[in-house]
Amino acid sequence: MMLKIEELHASIEDNEILRGVNLELNAGEVHAIMGPNGSGKSTLASVLIGREGYDVSGSVCYEGQDLLALSPEDRAAAGVFLAFQHPVEIPGVGNMYFMRTALNSLRRQRGQDELDSVDFLALAQERMKLVEMDQTFMSRSVNEGFSGGEKKRNEILQMAILEPKLAILDETDSGLDIDALRVVANGVNALRSEGRAMLVITHHQRLLDYIVPDRVHVMAAGRIVRSGDKDLALELEEHGYTGLRQQHNSGRPALSGATQ
Amino acid sequence: MTTAMAVGGVLSSFEPRGEGRDPVWLAEARLAALGWVGEHGFPTRKDEDWKYTGLDPILAVPFEAATPGSARRVSADMINAAAVDLGGPRLVFVNGHFVAEFSRLTGLPAGAEVTNLAAVLAAGPERLEPFFAHAPGEHHAFAAFNDVLAEDGAFVHLTPGTCVDEPIQLVFFSDTGGVPLMSSPRSVILAGPGSRATIVETYAGIDGDVYCTNAVTEAVLADGARIEHYKVQDEPVSAFHLALLDVRQGRNSRFSSRSVMLGSSIARHEVRVLLEDVGAEVSLDGVYLPQGDQLHDNTIFVDHAATNCTSHQLYKGVLDGRGHGVFNGYIMVRPGADGTDANQKNKNLILSDRAEVDTRPRLEIYTDDVKCTHGAAVDQLDEDALLYLRTRGIPLEAARGLLIDAFVHEMVDRIGLEALRAQLEALVASRFGNGDRPVEP
Ligand SMILES: Nc1ncnc2c1ncn2[C@@H]1O[C@H](COP(=O)(O)OP(=O)(O)O)[C@@H](O)[C@H]1O
Ligand SMILES: [Mg+2]
Repeated sequence: MMLKIEELHASIEDNEILRGVNLELNAGEVHAIMGPNGSGKSTLASVLIGREGYDVSGSVCYEGQDLLALSPEDRAAAGVFLAFQHPVEIPGVGNMYFMRTALNSLRRQRGQDELDSVDFLALAQERMKLVEMDQTFMSRSVNEGFSGGEKKRNEILQMAILEPKLAILDETDSGLDIDALRVVANGVNALRSEGRAMLVITHHQRLLDYIVPDRVHVMAAGRIVRSGDKDLALELEEHGYTGLRQQHNSGRPALSGATQ
Repeated sequence: MTTAMAVGGVLSSFEPRGEGRDPVWLAEARLAALGWVGEHGFPTRKDEDWKYTGLDPILAVPFEAATPGSARRVSADMINAAAVDLGGPRLVFVNGHFVAEFSRLTGLPAGAEVTNLAAVLAAGPERLEPFFAHAPGEHHAFAAFNDVLAEDGAFVHLTPGTCVDEPIQLVFFSDTGGVPLMSSPRSVILAGPGSRATIVETYAGIDGDVYCTNAVTEAVLADGARIEHYKVQDEPVSAFHLALLDVRQGRNSRFSSRSVMLGSSIARHEVRVLLEDVGAEVSLDGVYLPQGDQLHDNTIFVDHAATNCTSHQLYKGVLDGRGHGVFNGYIMVRPGADGTDANQKNKNLILSDRAEVDTRPRLEIYTDDVKCTHGAAVDQLDEDALLYLRTRGIPLEAARGLLIDAFVHEMVDRIGLEALRAQLEALVASRFGNGDRPVEP
């Protein structure tokens, strides 16, 4: 098993956001996490990549290691990647330079040779095709002035270049028109492989028409309240989250705070 | 404007060393300046312009005036290491005094006179009279003190239309030989109508040497002249650095100055620009990087005294350790200076909770038809950007280095001289632990 999350809790000050998440993910699998706004999806992603500021308890075992004990850069070196819901703009740092520095940092930590700028350019050009991205984006500052869709493509491009083992995609589909969605989904599908697992966070069923998941989990009020195969997503579309919760969890007070 | 204070300790015992060589007008100007200092004293923190920069540590040192023979250890290699050779004319001063054997004055066009001030004082001193004959203490006690003690420095005179393609490099190196020295270089740049040149000043010395550089550089640009000026201040932290760059600009002249402040325990770089005639343009920028216990003060005064003049200022500071930065930028738009376009920006990045910055952009406007903007910002490293870089595998220290570099880079990028830019990139990078930043293709 690649990832095993057990009874994961996370809170900020007195606000408990994750309230006991359990999840298992095998290499080669794609799991979707769905759930209404505010249910804790991004917080789960943040805890998995090591953002500071949470009180965390429970355990996360990634490839036999205690993931929670590692720094963000060590998690990256171990193969964990997050395509952010809101990628940050970094003025003054060139996109190309940033990606080469990142790849070479990872390669160094893994004992591999670094790529010089010529080899890197060749690699980047090849991967840019995957997300149909123009090379002009590489000479701009990281995400600076990028549209919402361009930022998301840039995240997938980084994933394609850094080749993580565990990719978490946080609402990579939100804000995309149908063409951009198709491009991003094609990019993601091209990266599906035996050795790679993906956790695709979304609250639209639409994305899952393009990226067909092996499992679907529904998150509400900081917990995974239901899991199933891809048909669960369709069921959700029909009944909505509220219907689903009532159907499945009627009378459970712990979930009452999830309505938004 | 200056508050009285007893003239500081040993500094008060200085006297002009003219030894009878000075012409009468100069001897008188020196005595008048000394008299002014005696009467008004050195600035204190009660003076607006010195509010954040205390001088007690400087006034407490028993300095001696530097003489031509004070150096002990300096070599051509040390000078080249401090100031990368830009290949053109090069004047080297040690403790403020010209050293011919380290200098190179070849390759200059006929209309360019590039020499040292002492040579001018010996051959035809009356040309310098206007520079020493201004009202004593017009600026402040240290500038007046430079009047008292200055014997040497650079002298650049461009006749009308003369263009000097290669940068003229002025290297001010200090080697005290173990005695605390006060060196007082005075440089004069006279750019005739339509002339052009690039001037690079570098200040450096030997780690552990205690000295104070009290430098004055004056530039007078006639109509249509263009001067590109650079200043690198990389003195050791055992030293002090006080400098005044005083500029007067004629009609349609253009002046730019870029300053990089790295060294000294207390450094103050003051720039005063008088836009005297129609259509003059000035662009000033600077980066200051105090760390440890360093104090870096940038004090700027831009005086718009004619119509349709333009001034730009961009100063950026990175403050680490217990470093202290000061930006004191003042723009005056005089009555009748219609069509003025003036802007001023100061940005700071604070890396440590013990570092501090005082930023004071000021505008004083006495006419309506102007476009003026100013602004100041003090920020910390963007935590979200740091996390983003780390999640891509870039270790914390390198990620910090990358962000600091990005902040400073805008400034370094403005340096048009490639060899100088490369040297400064390396200096800045090594300071923030990102020494392996490759050059972008
Ligand atoms: N930094 C924070 N401080 C306080 N509350 C937060 C913080 N981040 C998220 N939350 C709260 O935690 C809940 C879950 O947020 P989030 O994980 O972003 O949800 P989702 O991604 O599912 O929309 C929300 O109620 C949100 O307001
Ligand atoms: Mg979210």
